Formats: sequence, structure tokens, C-alpha cells
Amino acid sequence: MAVVTETSERVVAPISSPVGEGDENQGRSWRIGKRVLGYTILIIFALIFLGPFLLTIATSFKTRPDFAANPLSLIPHPFTAEWWKQGLGIRASEIADVPRWFMNSLLVAGTLMVSRVFLDSLAGYALARMHFPGRRLLFAAVIGIIAVPPIVLLVPKFLVLDELGIYATYWALILPLAADATGIFLMKQFFEQVPRELEEAARIDGAGVFRIWWSVLLPVVRPGVITLAILSFQGTWNEFPHMLIANNDPDLYTLPVGLALIRGTQGEDLNFPFFLATATLTMIPVAIVFFVFQRYFVRGLMEGAVKG
Amino acid sequence: MWGWAFVTPALAILLVFLVVPIVFTVWVSLRNWSGLESPFGGGSQYTGLDNYKEVLTESGLAQRDFARAVRNNLYYVVGVVPIQTAIAFFLALVLNQRFLKGRGFFRTAYYFPAITSSIAVALIFMSLLQPTGVINRILGIFGLDGPAWLDDARGLGHLTLGAVGIDTAPGFLANHEFMGLSWWDWLAGPSITLTSIMFLAIWTTIGTFMLLFLAGLQTLPGDVEEAAIVDGANKWQRFWYVTLPQMKPTLFLVLTLGVIGTWQVFDQIFVISSGGPQKTTLTPAYLVYARGFGNREMGLATAIAFLLFLIIVVFTLLQKVAMRDRDER
Repeated sequence: MAVVTETSERVVAPISSPVGEGDENQGRSWRIGKRVLGYTILIIFALIFLGPFLLTIATSFKTRPDFAANPLSLIPHPFTAEWWKQGLGIRASEIADVPRWFMNSLLVAGTLMVSRVFLDSLAGYALARMHFPGRRLLFAAVIGIIAVPPIVLLVPKFLVLDELGIYATYWALILPLAADATGIFLMKQFFEQVPRELEEAARIDGAGVFRIWWSVLLPVVRPGVITLAILSFQGTWNEFPHMLIANNDPDLYTLPVGLALIRGTQGEDLNFPFFLATATLTMIPVAIVFFVFQRYFVRGLMEGAVKG
Repeated sequence: MWGWAFVTPALAILLVFLVVPIVFTVWVSLRNWSGLESPFGGGSQYTGLDNYKEVLTESGLAQRDFARAVRNNLYYVVGVVPIQTAIAFFLALVLNQRFLKGRGFFRTAYYFPAITSSIAVALIFMSLLQPTGVINRILGIFGLDGPAWLDDARGLGHLTLGAVGIDTAPGFLANHEFMGLSWWDWLAGPSITLTSIMFLAIWTTIGTFMLLFLAGLQTLPGDVEEAAIVDGANKWQRFWYVTLPQMKPTLFLVLTLGVIGTWQVFDQIFVISSGGPQKTTLTPAYLVYARGFGNREMGLATAIAFLLFLIIVVFTLLQKVAMRDRDER
């Protein structure tokens, strides 16, 4: 699988376009026209996809009357940092304890990132390279689990958490997501690409199985580890249904759950500048990870999609 | 032996928190359970198929709500999946043009909504769709009067019929009913509010599917297209007879992921409309939550969840058959 980010700079397949070139007798003006048309389409869609985010950031610095009167304006007038101060805990908010939820999200998504990388790569390696009875069946089961729509399991998941006595604890937020079938699949794909000679050389040197996995193989599949780490962080930071049914203690809300639930308590007259400041705060950590590790996102998407 | 040692930790998690719940789905759906105390022992009673009967065959609120939820989600799937697939494919084709620069920037811009929190995005759309919000201001510039997007239960189907003079249900539509809803109600179409949420869903998912199409386009072998050029095929012929057939695996993947995803719509409904106005944004997934955790009818909720699972399975299989038929032709 080629990483799309890289191929974009040097186009691999110069074909497959309905309006592609190839007709030798095209006029120069026709070619320029095509280019103008292409860029126009791209820019219009860029506005559609990015415009709402720009307006959101602008609104988070507006007063409520200003937002009501000038929702389209990108320049707050007057400018206020009140909602951000409340969101960041610099000033107490009467609506919500956003800093606490932010820390909960950080704790949950951070822990899950580490545990998924560790457990998924252990299992992925075993499924890719080790010979043990039941391996094929196990892999089929992992694929089967990926296919189950998670929303269907809301109630029985609650049942299990309640029976284990961990409902409304951090355990309930973390433990059920500590390993995931998609991550195991992803790591299996990466481990399969490692040349076998590497393991054999390490084994001849007398290294144990766990040592080989930890200090020889994991460093080799670093791109896979990074991919899994950022996908875990993004996925669990944004996770909503599970965090909703696993807990009802406001002190343990993650940001998305807290935001969704206080929205319900605010009636129809929402304080949008405050909510959009908090929404922006919710998006910032994932946005940073996205911009720094962009190409890994794409790779993860492709590797994950192969299963279909 | 080492193999099992390596897989056991992850396996234990999947077993306890996914496989056990899968098994218990059927068990809970056959019981009457409030969720307030353990269903083992005296906390719940076996009621056979009662929950399924209440949802499917006995006339009453549960049946009508389920019918509404299925109707709404059906419109949602039929509206969202083709549009998001078409736009994603179109954008991938444009982005795959050799002569365009800045491809990386545009790809990032289009993909960004897909990686952000669904809850944050839902709040953003709520702010845009206020009666005097951004969308209606923009419409106002063109002299159009936008509706109260998030509080308008009028269905697009009824509005269309209204435009040709059919304002109230003709007798045969009003008198026949299916699962507690009159034929007229089945034909309501997505409400304005549901349509707004459909736009949100399309906007959010295009980026992901565009990347899948882009990856598919870049693995196509160039020689087939070259042969078509030599044979004198024009651009549209090359698209329809060369590119499109080769993209079928990706197309199938995107359509399948789209259908599976759209039948599970939950987060956006939870934040934006809670099923309203007039239950026109009720979906099976939201109904599971509302009945189970709101009304404390866990058995009934799980029965609905299991029916939703069956719906997804049937739709996935139907799609497989439809795509295969075209192969054989």
C-alpha cells in the first residue's frame, strides 16, 4: 500500500481522470480553462469544509449579543476572551467544569494510547508470526469482532460493567477499550512485512521471545506503532457512546460527554460563544496530532480499510 | 505456547467487553429488565418474545416509535450514502489531476472534519443553523427565507406533494397503515431537521471516503487507460468504461462502510435534536438509548438493538448481491 501523502508530491498514476489530459490537439486556452475550473472547484470545497471552523473560532471570542447580530462576521466586535477563560479554568464557569473534563479526556485517551499500542502489538505479532494451535480461528474471530456494529452493544456493555462493579469509575472508561480488534489487525499487517531473518538472527544470539519482540521487532515497525498510537488517541478522545453509557458521574465526564450533556440542560437558548469555545478546546489536541502526524492518519485509514 | 501468552491480554479484553455483550444481547432482549439491579437472580424476568412483539406486532407507542425510527433512518441512508459517495469520488478525481498543485493542502482541508469530535461538529452545525444564523444569513443575501432548520418537522416528501396540490392525505394513503404508521406518514420524507443532520453527516464523512477513492485511483494500472486512448476512446468513455469498472472494489468498500455507518447514527441526534421535532429525527440507535437508559426498559431496548443489527446485516448482503449482479452482466 502506498502512502497517499507521499504519492501526492510525485503522482504515481498519471491517469484515471474523466477530464484528464491526453488529447494532443488541446488548445492552450482550453488547458488554462481546465486549470481555472479545477482550482475553483477545490477552493469552493475548501471553503465549505474549513469555513465552519473559522467561524467557530471567531464566535468563541464574541459576546452573545454580537453573535446574535453578526453570526457571519469573522472579526469579533467587541473582542472577549471570557469564554476561553471559563473553558480553561482561569475564571469559574457557572455552566460547566470544563478543565476537569479536559483532564479526564487526557487521562483516558493517554492511557488507552499506551495500552492499545502495547496489547495490540503483542497480539498482532503473535497472529502474524507465531505458530500456535487455534491461531487461524482466533484471527477470524478478531475480524468478526470488527464487523459488529458497536451501537448494538450499548445495553449489554452496561450490563457487564455493572456486574463487574466498575460502572462509573475510571476503569469503566478505560478497561473495555484497552485493546481493540482494528488495532490488532493493523499491527498484524505491519509485523508481516518484517523480514523473518531479523527474528532468526536475534534468536541465534540467544534473545528470549519477549526480548526479541520488544527490542528487535517493535523498533522496526515504528511507523505502525505511531499509526496505532495516533489513531487510538483520536478515536478514544472523540469516543462518545461508550463514555456515555459507562458512567453517570459528572466528575468523570470526558469532554464530548460533558459537552453533550450540559447542552441538554441549557434549553434552546444556548450560550453559543461559550459552547463553541469549548468545542474548539475539544478539537485542539486531535488537531495538533493530526497536523504533526498527518501521513500516519492516511496510512492507518488505508490499512484499516483493506479488511473490507 | 508463547503465542497464547502474547494474545491473551488483548483477547481477555475483547472477550469480556465485546464477545460477552454480543452473547448477552439475545439473552437481555428476551427479558424484562430495568437496569437498576442485576438481571441475574430476581432483577429481571424471562418474557420470551414479548419485547419483539411489542416493537413489531402489537400496536402501541413502542411499535410506532420503532416504525418512525426505521422510516427516518431509511430516508437518512438513502439520502446520505449516494451523495457522500458521489461527492467523495468527484473530489478524488479532481484531486488526482496531474496539473493541479497544492493537492496536499486541499486533501488535508477536506479530511479535517472527519477526524474531529462528532459532538464538537454537531455544536458547530447547531450554531450555523440557528433561525438567524449563518446559513439563513447567506440564504438571505440571495433573497431566500430559510426555515428554522433544527425545529421543523415538515417532511420533504409531504412538502413536495404539497407543491403539486396534495396537502392532506388522500383516503387510500390515510386508511392503510403499516406497523402503526399510515402510508401517508411513511411517505413523509425526511423532515427539514433530519435533512439538516444529513447534510452534517455528508460534510463530515466525505473526507474519509475521498481518501479511499484517491488511494484506489493511484493503484490503477496506467496501461489500460493508455490502450483506451490508443483505441480512440474519449474522456467520458474512458471514465465510464475504464476507470469506473476498475474502481469497483473501492466503490463497494465505500458504499458498505457508508451504509453500516449511517444506520448507526447516534451522536449527532443526541446533541442536536434528541429525536425531535415530533420524533422526525428518531433513529433505531437513538431509540435504543432513550428506551434503555431513559425509560429503563433495557430488555425492549436490546430487542431494538438486535433488530437494528439484523437490518444492517440485510442491507450489507443486499448490497453485495447488487454489486455482484452487475459483475455478471
